[in-house]
Amino acid sequence: MNLSQISPAAPEITLTLMICVVLLADLFVPQEKRVITFWLSIASLAVTAWVIVVTASSATTLAFDGSYVSDPLSRLMKLCATGIVGVGFLYARDYLQQNDLLKGEYYLLGLFGLLGMMIMMSANSLLTMYLGLETLSLSLYALVAFERESAKAAESAMKYFVLGAIASGALLYGISWVYGVTGTLHFHEIAEVIRQNPGLNDVPLWFGIAFMIVGIAFKFGAVPFHMWLPDVYQGARSPVTLYIATAPKIAALALLFRILVDGLGELHGVWQGMIMVVAVLSLLIGNIVAIAQSNIKRMLGYSAIAHVGFILLAVFTGSETGYAAALFYTLTYIVMAAGAFGMVILLSRQGFEAEAIRDFKGLNARNPWFALMMLFFMFGMAGVPPWVGFIAKLNVINAVLEAGFPGLAVLMVLASVVGAYYYLRVIWYMYFDAPEDRSVFQSQADTRFVLSLNGIAVLALGILPGWLLKLCIDVIGHS
Amino acid sequence: MFHAILFYSFAAILVVAALGVIFARNPVHAVMFLVLAFFQSAVLWLLAEAEFLAIVLVLVYVGAVMVLFLFVVMMLDVEVEEIRGGYTRYAPLGIVIAGLMVVELAQVIWLRGKEGFAVDGFRPTPEGYSNTEALGSVLYTEHVYAFEIAAVILLLAIVAAISLTMRRRPGLKQQDIASQVAVRAQDRVRIVKMASEKPE
Repeated sequence: MNLSQISPAAPEITLTLMICVVLLADLFVPQEKRVITFWLSIASLAVTAWVIVVTASSATTLAFDGSYVSDPLSRLMKLCATGIVGVGFLYARDYLQQNDLLKGEYYLLGLFGLLGMMIMMSANSLLTMYLGLETLSLSLYALVAFERESAKAAESAMKYFVLGAIASGALLYGISWVYGVTGTLHFHEIAEVIRQNPGLNDVPLWFGIAFMIVGIAFKFGAVPFHMWLPDVYQGARSPVTLYIATAPKIAALALLFRILVDGLGELHGVWQGMIMVVAVLSLLIGNIVAIAQSNIKRMLGYSAIAHVGFILLAVFTGSETGYAAALFYTLTYIVMAAGAFGMVILLSRQGFEAEAIRDFKGLNARNPWFALMMLFFMFGMAGVPPWVGFIAKLNVINAVLEAGFPGLAVLMVLASVVGAYYYLRVIWYMYFDAPEDRSVFQSQADTRFVLSLNGIAVLALGILPGWLLKLCIDVIGHS
Repeated sequence: MFHAILFYSFAAILVVAALGVIFARNPVHAVMFLVLAFFQSAVLWLLAEAEFLAIVLVLVYVGAVMVLFLFVVMMLDVEVEEIRGGYTRYAPLGIVIAGLMVVELAQVIWLRGKEGFAVDGFRPTPEGYSNTEALGSVLYTEHVYAFEIAAVILLLAIVAAISLTMRRRPGLKQQDIASQVAVRAQDRVRIVKMASEKPE
C-alpha cells in the first residue's frame, strides 16, 4: 500500500491527526487558558476544510478496496459539515465559559463526531457506514451527558443511548440480511448484484431494507422513531443541542443516499412506500405537536422532525431533481437551525438558560438587530419568501409534483401553513410583547458577527439561491 | 476415532463446567468454572482447527474478561443467598429459553439429515495453512480502513469515558508526589532561636 492509495482519504486522515494534536495539547493547557483548545479546534477545522478544497476534483475515486469513496457529493457534504461544526463551536464558546463548562472534551468530542460524519459521507461499504455511524453516535451520547451535575442531561443521554443502541441494532440486523442476500458489503457491488439477479428482489431483501430504514429514520429523528429527539434537544445544553441539530442531519442524509440510492437504488419501488409513510407522519406530527410546546428547544426539535419530513419526501421521489432538492433543503436547513440555536445561546447567560419561548418576549426592545436576525431564522424555517426556506420547500414540492404525487404536495403546503403558526408566535413575542428581562447579552464581538452573518446568509441564499441549487444538482449528477 | 474420543471428553468437561457455573455456591468458584468452560471451548475450537478463535477466546475472555469478573466478584462481596432467592423466580423463563434452544438445535440437525442439505464432513485444512495468518492478511489489507476506524472508536470511547467519570471530588485527599519530593526541611520545621531559660 503506498501513499496514492490512501490519499483520497486525506480529509479524514488530517482530521484524525489534528484530533490527536488537540487531545495532547489540551492536557497541557491550564484551565484559565482553555480557550486555546477552542482556537486549536477551529484551526483543525480550517485545516481539514482546506484539505477538502485542495483535494477536490470532479472525479469519483474509490480507495481501501472499495470501502471508501470520494465523490463531489461527499466533498460538498464534508465541507458544509466542517463549516457548520466550526460555527457551532464559536457560538458555544462564550456560553461554555460563563457556565464553567469550557472543557477540552466538548471540542474533542465535537471533532470526533465530525470525523464520524465524514466517514459516513465517504462510506462505500455497509461496514464503513456502520463504523462511521457509531463514531458519530458515541460522541453524541457523551456530548449530551457532558454536563455531569445535571440530572436532566443524564436522563436524556441515557434515553438517547438506549434508543440509539436499539436503532443501531435494527440497522445492523437489516445490514446482515442485505449482506446475506447479496453476498457483498460494497454499495456499488450490491447495486450490481441486484441488477443482474432480478430474482433477488424478494421478501428477504425487503425485510433487510425495512430494518435499515428503521435505523435511518431513527438517526434522522423521523416519526415514529422520533421519541428521543425532543427530549435530547431539551435535556442537552444549548451548544450541544446546536451541534446535534445541525451537522448530523447531513450525515443522516449521507446514510440515506449511500444505502438507499447508491446501494439499493434499483429497488426504489420497494423502499418508496416505507419512506413515504415515515415522511408524511413526520410532517404531520412534527408540525402539530410543535404548536403545543412552550420550550423553544423542544419546539425547534419538533420543527426539525417536520423538516425531516420534507427531506424524506424529496428522497421519496427517487429522481435526481428530488435528491438535489433534499440536499439543498438539508444544507439550508442546518444554516437556519444553527442560527436559531445560536440565538438561544445568545440569550442565555450564567445560570440561566433561555429555553422558554416567552424568554424571547420583547427582544425587539432589547436588541432590534438580533430580533431581526431571529425573525430571519423563523421566517426562513416557516418558508416565507424571500428567505431561503421558501426556495427549499418549493424545490421539494416541485420534485414531488414532477414525480406525480399532487396529493402529497398539497399535504406539504398544508403542513407548512400549520408550521407557520408556531414560528410566527416567536416573532409575535419578540415584536409585540413587553420584555420581561432586560439583561445585556454577554457574548463577544466575533460571535455576534458570525451570528449576524448567519442571519444575513438565510436571506441572501433566499434571494440568490441559484448557485447553491446548481451546485447541488451538479453534485448529485456526478455521484 | 481418537479425534472423536478427544471431542467427547472435552465436551463432557465443558458441560460439567457450565453446570458448575450455575450450581457453585461460592461466586468465586462459579467464575473459576466459567474459566474452565471457556478453556474447554477453546480446546474444541483447536480440534476444529480454528486456532485463531481458540487463541482469542483464551486471551480475551480468560485473560481479560474473567479476571475482571473475579475482581468484581471479590470486591462486591456478593450475598449468595440473595441471588439464590431469584433462582426459582426466573426458572420458568429459563426453562422456556432452554426449550427454544433445544427445538432450534433439533431443527438444524433435522435439516442436515434432509435431502439437498448435504453438509460436508469436517475437512482438515491443508498442511501449512494458518487461519491466523489468513485473517491477519485481510485485516491489514482489505479491511484496513474499517480496522483503523475501530481504533479511532476505541480512542473516542476512552475520551468519552474519562470526560464523563473523572472529576475532582470535593474533600478528596490526594498525594502530590512532586511537592512531597521537593519539600525542604525549612518548609516543615521552623527553628526558633531563643534565649535559654533557667528554671526558677
